Amino acid sequence: MKMKFLITSSAFAAAALMGQSAHAQMSGDVIRIGFITDLSGLYADIDGPAGAEAIRMAIADLGGAVNGKKIELLVADHQNKADVAAAKAREWFDQQGLDVLIAGTNSGTALAMAKVAAEKKKPFLAIGPGSSALTNEQCSPYTVHYAYDTVALAKGTAPAIVKSGGKSWYFLTADYAFGTALQNDATTAVKAAGGTVVGSVRHPLSASDFSSFLLQAQSSKAQIVGLANAGGDTINAIKAANEFGLTKTMKLAGLLMFINDVHSLGLKATQGMYLTDSWYWNQSAESRAWAKRFFEKFKRMPSSIQAADYSVTQFYLNAVKAVNTDDGDKVMEQLRKSKVNDMYAKGGYVRADGTMVHDMYLMQVKTPETSTTPWDYYNVVAITKGEDAFLTKSESKCPLWK
Amino acid sequence: MDIFGIPIQAFLGQLLLGLVNGSFYAMLSLGLAVIFGLLGIVNFAHGALYMMGAYVAFVGLDQFGINYWFSLVLAPVTIGAVGVVIERTLLKRLYGIDPIYGLLLTFGLALIAEGLFRDHFGVSGQQYPVPELLQGATNLGFMVLPNYRAWVVFASLAVCLGTWWIIERTRLGAYLRAGTENPALVQAFGVNVPMMVMLTYGAGAGLAALAGVLAAPVIQITPLMGSNLIIVVFAVVVIGGMGSILGSILTGLALGLIEGLTKVFYPEASSIVVFVIMAIVLMIRPAGLFGKEK
Amino acid sequence: MAAATDTSAVASKGGQIAMWIGLAVLLAAPFIGLYPVFMMKALCYAIFACAFNLLLGYTGLLSFGHAAYLGAAAYATGWLVRTAGLPPELGVLAGTACAALCGLAIGLIAIRRQGIYFAMVTLAMAQMIYFVFLQAPFTGGEDGLQGVLRGKLFGLIPLANDTVLYYVVLAVFVAVFLLIIRIVHSPYGQVLKAIRENEPRAVSLGYDVDRYKLLAFVLSTAIAGLAGSLKTLVLGFATLTDAHWSLSGEVVLMTLLGGMGTFAGPVIGAFTIIGLQDFLSDRVGAWINVIIGVIFVVCVVAFRRGFVGELIAWQKRRRAQ
Repeated sequence: MKMKFLITSSAFAAAALMGQSAHAQMSGDVIRIGFITDLSGLYADIDGPAGAEAIRMAIADLGGAVNGKKIELLVADHQNKADVAAAKAREWFDQQGLDVLIAGTNSGTALAMAKVAAEKKKPFLAIGPGSSALTNEQCSPYTVHYAYDTVALAKGTAPAIVKSGGKSWYFLTADYAFGTALQNDATTAVKAAGGTVVGSVRHPLSASDFSSFLLQAQSSKAQIVGLANAGGDTINAIKAANEFGLTKTMKLAGLLMFINDVHSLGLKATQGMYLTDSWYWNQSAESRAWAKRFFEKFKRMPSSIQAADYSVTQFYLNAVKAVNTDDGDKVMEQLRKSKVNDMYAKGGYVRADGTMVHDMYLMQVKTPETSTTPWDYYNVVAITKGEDAFLTKSESKCPLWK
Repeated sequence: MDIFGIPIQAFLGQLLLGLVNGSFYAMLSLGLAVIFGLLGIVNFAHGALYMMGAYVAFVGLDQFGINYWFSLVLAPVTIGAVGVVIERTLLKRLYGIDPIYGLLLTFGLALIAEGLFRDHFGVSGQQYPVPELLQGATNLGFMVLPNYRAWVVFASLAVCLGTWWIIERTRLGAYLRAGTENPALVQAFGVNVPMMVMLTYGAGAGLAALAGVLAAPVIQITPLMGSNLIIVVFAVVVIGGMGSILGSILTGLALGLIEGLTKVFYPEASSIVVFVIMAIVLMIRPAGLFGKEK
Repeated sequence: MAAATDTSAVASKGGQIAMWIGLAVLLAAPFIGLYPVFMMKALCYAIFACAFNLLLGYTGLLSFGHAAYLGAAAYATGWLVRTAGLPPELGVLAGTACAALCGLAIGLIAIRRQGIYFAMVTLAMAQMIYFVFLQAPFTGGEDGLQGVLRGKLFGLIPLANDTVLYYVVLAVFVAVFLLIIRIVHSPYGQVLKAIRENEPRAVSLGYDVDRYKLLAFVLSTAIAGLAGSLKTLVLGFATLTDAHWSLSGEVVLMTLLGGMGTFAGPVIGAFTIIGLQDFLSDRVGAWINVIIGVIFVVCVVAFRRGFVGELIAWQKRRRAQ
């Protein structure tokens, strides 16, 4: 009798205790950086594990410690699920004494994590996600949107394409926060440049078959198909468009493209495409030097997101060093006073709405003939100054920036 | 030229894509019906077997240079063997007890297969090139038809009709149908029923794998490609009823076409139209369109 | 349904003592170092599993798409609390009612078939609901419905504090647990058991079997909805995961692993699976699905009675000696 209820009750207790993730302790002497991104899905190449490695490089380059406090990095995969991201973030803040959260790709997860970080009053550094909502309707005193956003992409690429003759647009949009934001911002930019939007269709995130969506695009008879998606979705859409002969009558506009996408598709399929990005490995001697280090580790050139991962880590740690604490409010204040001057951006600063203002590059993909060395994919067509690239004060709906 | 305000190119294009999807529904629901008929097991792993067939083709090409045409034979044979092993080791323990356990077991197997492939290949999907012979497209005037998709419809129809013929018109098929009705009696007549059951599951698995190879150049090969499809196939099977082979084929094709039509007029509903039809059929004719209530 | 354990008799002395000990652990949880958010999540899923068990273990109906009701209530509560500004208790009630309505609608359709077809129909209908949630603007689709504040219970008790909310959730859990015991031991519960054991005979005895099954279905989906509403308050959001078929499968596993047709079984199963996922998620990545699948297979082949079921059977064997 005794054995049996001993077993039953220990089963209860064991099941309950199994849930204890770790000892609940608050950090005092360690600076904990958390990085939650898509490690295994459609965005794993443009950020993913290599992005985590970039952060580690940044930590190592500062000696692994700031003012005597050791730096620790926690990495997790959100699998493009907002609930996984938010739950992990909350657990890290509550149980692991996380001091700062860096967000990798996927705007939906970033919006969820931004809320958790704001609740816990800790800095939230958004690198991978694009949705302008992070610094617009959903801005927060703890969010820094560092690398790029959908407004910058739209303001960069759309006018250039309209000017070169692509007046009527049809959007193929990824059905989540990022795609929606990009389509909205691009629509505004297209119309402002004198173009028209004839229609749009939404596809599920990580769609397996683009054929029926492209058929709809084809029947719209627009000149331009605006691809309001990213990563694997963009690559597959472009491939399918070629398969269905859509590229013979219409042009594709990749509103968010990274060098990994161009590499995957090849110059033949992407030549002449315009794209806006925040950084190119070949843009300066400094960037080349860092990119070379990255290349040695991964045998491929870094994307702008991975470069931004590196840059923001040092930006944050230098701020911590300056105020000699990892208290969320004090560090945020310091971040707003600091400037970004490294291989990623020059003269960058954090605005009241959380945007890190820096120059954006409009680039065009080279033809196979003009590309001389491996990964030599882009011509820089124009540089948009930071103040003009992002949302203006009059357009912004952020209550913190009035 | 416009049909109901939609340009004919879009209309026929979507119908054709719908036919392609319908071919896959038909092949998979056929396999499911055959397995359920003889084993009494609702094979949730059918989607996973379909996925594994596609991966056999992919890995075959990627690692060993085995081309598409060989894969069309290799994948069904390999996955069929996997099916036989599953039947021998796991499924046979469940005969005679509540069929929900069969569903749950195959559900667990599907999770295992998906998890393993996800771990190894990641979630983002692999590309499989269209075989050279079938590349390119034919301009039919009202639309551009990729040759490969025409092949898929043709091949799957051939396979479905071939399977139907085997089951309905040959002696082997007769044994199969008899074994479904009364296994003990058929065994008493000297037919090796356990062997037949084992081979049936293997054949069903092979059929699913064949569908996977056919699908590989068309859609992204991902570890999750089976699960999303299998639930729709369940609905197809409920609509068609598991009584007749021809019924499963017709229902699969019809539903694919209806889905394609929905994409033309009301795209948002295309993912749920099959389920809505299932609900309607259940209210009017619970046994299914071609079903015979056992 | 031969494997369901017969526990309509009152639980043994040892079993009762074990449950009291379990309750003591749960009451003391925040003070013995257990993370309240994890415990609340586990309790919500325990409620979900208990609801599911009412249908599977006690009525013999496998609803293979039960997550749809959890998801429906989660979204309903989330939207009502966040956008319509409803206080938490009304939001939870409304969410539960929504889930019950969905359960009624789907139950009416699914009841038309029996056995394994019933399971397939429920799965397909749940998938339809999933796609509706994917498209509907109010759910936020892939991004989920976020920013649900916990508010004040009855306008008095602020729920923002994790420990306070924990005891509220625990109270609801205990209430549900007792409710299910009550239902099972009632005359209605006896009829359900008869249906599970031998439906044709119940019909021949004159019971309107379909109505009993439908009522059980609606009750089960309502309680599942309650779990979903609570979960939304605890975590602050509702996402597509709440309505996905993989969650439907997980709740089956929780019930099966813990012990179908027992009271404590689903609770133990829920805590085990949630604990396992929590513990392993960082360490094994995609392998968690493989592990869940293996547990499924092992359970179905060799462990159909589950933890509590096996314990009860062992106890019976001991007594017989």
